[in-house]
Order: sequence, then C-alpha cells, then structure tokens
Amino acid sequence: MKTGAKQVEHGAPVCVVRDLVKTYPALRGRRGADRAPAVRASDGISLDVRRGEIFGLLGPNGAGKSTLVRQLTGLLRPDAGSITVLGHDLVRHPERAARLLAYLGQESTALDELTVSLAVETTGRLRGLDARTARAERDAVLGELGLVPLAGRALKKLSGGQRRLACFATALIGERPLLVLDEPTTGMDPVARRAVWAAVDRRRAERGATVVLVTHNVLEAESVLDRVAVIDQGRVIACDTPGRLKELVGEEVRLELVWRDRPPLDVPEVAALAAGARTAGRRWTLRLPADQARSAVTAVTAGPAFAALDDFTLATPSLEDVYVTLGGRAEGLVKA
Amino acid sequence: MTARTAEGTAGRSDDGGPAPLAPRARLLPALGAVYRAQLSRARVARIPLLFVATFQSVGIMVLLRGVVSGGDPAWSVVSGSAVLVVAFVALNLLAQYFGQLRAGGGLDHYATLPVPPAAVVLGAAAAYASFTVPGTVVTAVFGCLLFQLPMAHLWVLAAVVPLAGAALSGLGAALGLLAPRQELATLGGQLGMSAALLLGVLPAGRMPELIGWARDLLPSTYGVEALARTFAPHPDWPAVAGDLGICAGVGVLSLAVATWAYRRAAVR
Repeated sequence: MKTGAKQVEHGAPVCVVRDLVKTYPALRGRRGADRAPAVRASDGISLDVRRGEIFGLLGPNGAGKSTLVRQLTGLLRPDAGSITVLGHDLVRHPERAARLLAYLGQESTALDELTVSLAVETTGRLRGLDARTARAERDAVLGELGLVPLAGRALKKLSGGQRRLACFATALIGERPLLVLDEPTTGMDPVARRAVWAAVDRRRAERGATVVLVTHNVLEAESVLDRVAVIDQGRVIACDTPGRLKELVGEEVRLELVWRDRPPLDVPEVAALAAGARTAGRRWTLRLPADQARSAVTAVTAGPAFAALDDFTLATPSLEDVYVTLGGRAEGLVKA
Repeated sequence: MTARTAEGTAGRSDDGGPAPLAPRARLLPALGAVYRAQLSRARVARIPLLFVATFQSVGIMVLLRGVVSGGDPAWSVVSGSAVLVVAFVALNLLAQYFGQLRAGGGLDHYATLPVPPAAVVLGAAAAYASFTVPGTVVTAVFGCLLFQLPMAHLWVLAAVVPLAGAALSGLGAALGLLAPRQELATLGGQLGMSAALLLGVLPAGRMPELIGWARDLLPSTYGVEALARTFAPHPDWPAVAGDLGICAGVGVLSLAVATWAYRRAAVR
C-alpha cells in the first residue's frame, strides 16, 4: 500500500492550471484618451506541473510569465480559470498559497537594508518557524549556498548576483514542497548559479520538491528544466521536454552570418539566402535543412562572399529556434 | 520537518484530500520578527534622519524662545516640538517607507509569507515609533532647560511616545499604502508632518476657529496637550489621562485602517 501509493505519487500533479485569464485594463490618459490599451496578460493558460519536476516558463519580457506566477502565488486574482496547488483551490483561497509554496520574486526592496543573515532568519520566522529552528535553518541555508562570508553585510551593499543569491536563500528557509522562482539566477556568476541548481536538485532528490521556474535564458532552460512551457503573448504555445521541443524544429540547423559591412548581394548564392534570413544589423540568422546549410557555408566561405564575411556560426537548434518556429517573438530571449 | 514534508506530498487530489497546509506564523512572534528587522534597518538607514528631526525641533524651540517667554505658551512649544519628532519619523518616514515598498514590489515578499497583516503593520509602526524615543527625550529635556520648565513629569513621555506614535504611524502607514503613487505617499507624509508642526507647536489660544478644528482632528494634538498639561504647577491628571485615552483610541483606529490598507495593497 505504502510503496504503491509512492509510485502513484511520483509525477502526480502538484500544480494544475486551467483556462486562466487575466486582463490588465486599459490605462486612461488625461482627457479620456487611451494611453495604453487593455492587455490580456494570461489568455487561456492551462498547465500541469508534476511532483519532483523543474518546470520552466520560457518567454521574452512581457510574454506574461510573471503575471502567471503572480496568480500562482496568490498575489494577483485571475479574471477566470482555476489554479489548484497540492489539492487547494487558490482562486478561492489565495491566502493558502503562502502555506504551500515559497516564492522568489524579482524585487528585493523589502529586504534591502537588512543583513543577509537577518533577512533569511526573519523570513523563516514569518514562514512560521520558531526562533531556534529559524536560526538553525538560517545557518544551514547560508552554509549550503556559500553565503557565510556575506552573512553580516546588508543586501543593498552586495553586488546584484550576490543579492539575488541572498534572496534565493530566503526562499529556501522554512521548507515548502513547491518553489516558485522568478528568474532566480539573474546577474549571478557561474559559481552562484551552480550553488542555486545544486540546492534545487538536493531538495528535489531528498524531499521531492517541485520547482516552477520563470526564465528568459534559453541556455539555462535547456540545461536545468525537465519540461518547459513556451509562453508568448499570454498563451502557452508549446509545452514539453526541451529535447522533444527541439525535435519540432526537426532537421533544421541555424546558420548565423555576420557581414563586415554590407552583404554582397551581387553574389547569387548570397542573394538566394537573403530571402530567408532574419536580419539584425550586420547579422543574418537562417534556419535551413542540414544539407542546404552545408552548401550555404561552402558558398559564403569562398570568393567575394568570404571577403565580405566577418564571422559565421553553424549550430544545432536551440529553444530559441523552437520559439521562433512556433511563431514567438525571439528578441527578448537571452543566451548566456 | 521531514515528517511534515512527507505528509505534505501524500494525500493530494488523486488519492482524496488536499495536502495539509504549513502552519501560519502567529501574530506575536511575527510581530517581534518584523519589529527586530525594521529596527535594524532603521538603525542603518534612519539615524541621519533622526538627527534632522531632532535638530528641527530644537531649532524651532530656539526660534520661538524670542517670541514666547514662558507659562502656558511655552508648555505648548516644548511639548509640540517633542511630539514633532514622533510625527517626523512615524508619520512622514513611515508613509514614505510603505509608499516605496508598495511601488517597488516589496510587499510581495510579505504577502507570500503566511504572516498576519497586522504583524507587518504593527511591527513596522512599533519600530519607527520606538526609534523616535531618543530624539523626543533630547528635545523635551532641551526645551525644559531652555524655557525653565519642570522636568519632574517628563516620565509622561513613556505614555505619550507609544500612544502618539501608534496614532501617527498608523496614519503614516495607511497614507503610504493607500496613495495611488509613491510621490503622493511622500507628499501626504510631508503634509501630515507640516500639519503636526504648525498645529502642534503654536499655542492653540491664538488660532482662528477653523484651524482650531483641524487641530482637534489631528491625533498628535492630544499627545501634545497631555505633555503640555504636565508642565503646570499642579497638573490636571484626569485631563492628561483623557488626552492619552483619545490618543490610544485614535491609535487603535488608525492601525486598524493601516492593516486594512495593507491587505488591500498586498493582493490586487
């Protein structure tokens, strides 16, 4: 019975979202003129996050990722739709979110003037820990993330990445089965990033914690996520493992050409490529079947085209390519 | 801990009931934690402002020394200046703080923790109010020396500061949380402090009737009057207690409004 239940449980839904709609009303300027039109920031979003997953929400700025997590965390009321976290209806009882999940938002204003140590301890106390447990967990979390040398410094005196790591520590204290992290690694160096992912993995392996992660970093999404929902203009345009999403792009590879000055359009091969290229300044991005990409590389690495060429890269598809193939606007995505 | 997590992951929707909720933070421990955190941030960030508040009050007394020689008006000047320090920190700075917290998304941090709204508002208000104690005492002692008033009953400050502090910081927090924009919160705090300055420091007898009513509406007035009465040769203690009672009543009311404003601001 016990083991059976355990097997059913693994991968059981932790967070179920159905047909979520949230519209920000139009901003009225003076004299009744519309300053900004109404924005449908969540436009019928449905998701299932399973136990033990690191589930990503990927999209450029303004896609509606933060609006979605603010609804998951009870900070924002949806206009329509349902959110169920660990069996609790969060639309009807948004105040229960704080007792089910830990949230790392993008802002640290509430903690900025506190020392790292006090920020973590206070958050633990406010998450319901008694004084002794809060101190013990504070020490454990600071040690785990390598924050001990910074413990006595005020958050606002730290660099952006260090401050972000301290805020991440506040999300870990007072353990919750679900972590909702809004761009946790912004500004962090590789060491801090590794500390974050190691801490997340440990909680997942030891306690079956589930993570909902907002990111606009494509590389990070590919390396840490189990599944990813690709979000554009308030809709989920795809949701699967990063590997299977990349299969959508299939055989295509990405060729990037950077011209020294102007592209040599008088070369017929280059002129032929121009039609399918996405242009950003001197940079062309092309998505081609592998054999065509090979012949394109041969063409531009010879003769007058090569003289005009500054740099080129040939790469297998990334989630960014998936995003573009699915019709998203890729400008806001980061590769770092 | 482990037991709770294990329970928390069992019993989800597919095998019946929802997962148990983690406990809420209780009011008093949470209030204590917020108070401690706020006091530490006030220590770092607000000491220069406390000096400003104290010098401002001392300066006003020095200025008015030339106009007011002693007696009843001097009592008002000294007690008004002392309570002004409370108004500066509790009303003005707290309105700014909550305005800034709300505009900068800082309320999200508290709103996603299982903490009673009253703990956040009361903890911050109490920290700001207790931070005014040194400035108020320095101002009152300096005023007594300057105007040669008796210091025997200055212990009344021990009641005036928390009660006027509660009333003014509740007002300040509510202003900061209700103002649609951060600048308006700052403006409201400044105006409130100016009102406390003009209506509290100047002796009431010489004011036009309309301004007198405004003075009666301002919660700090009752703190000022309570303190002023104790400078009399034979203080009217029932009247002092009455003033402090009004202060306490307004304090409860304004903190309740601030708590409501916090709830409203935290979940949109």
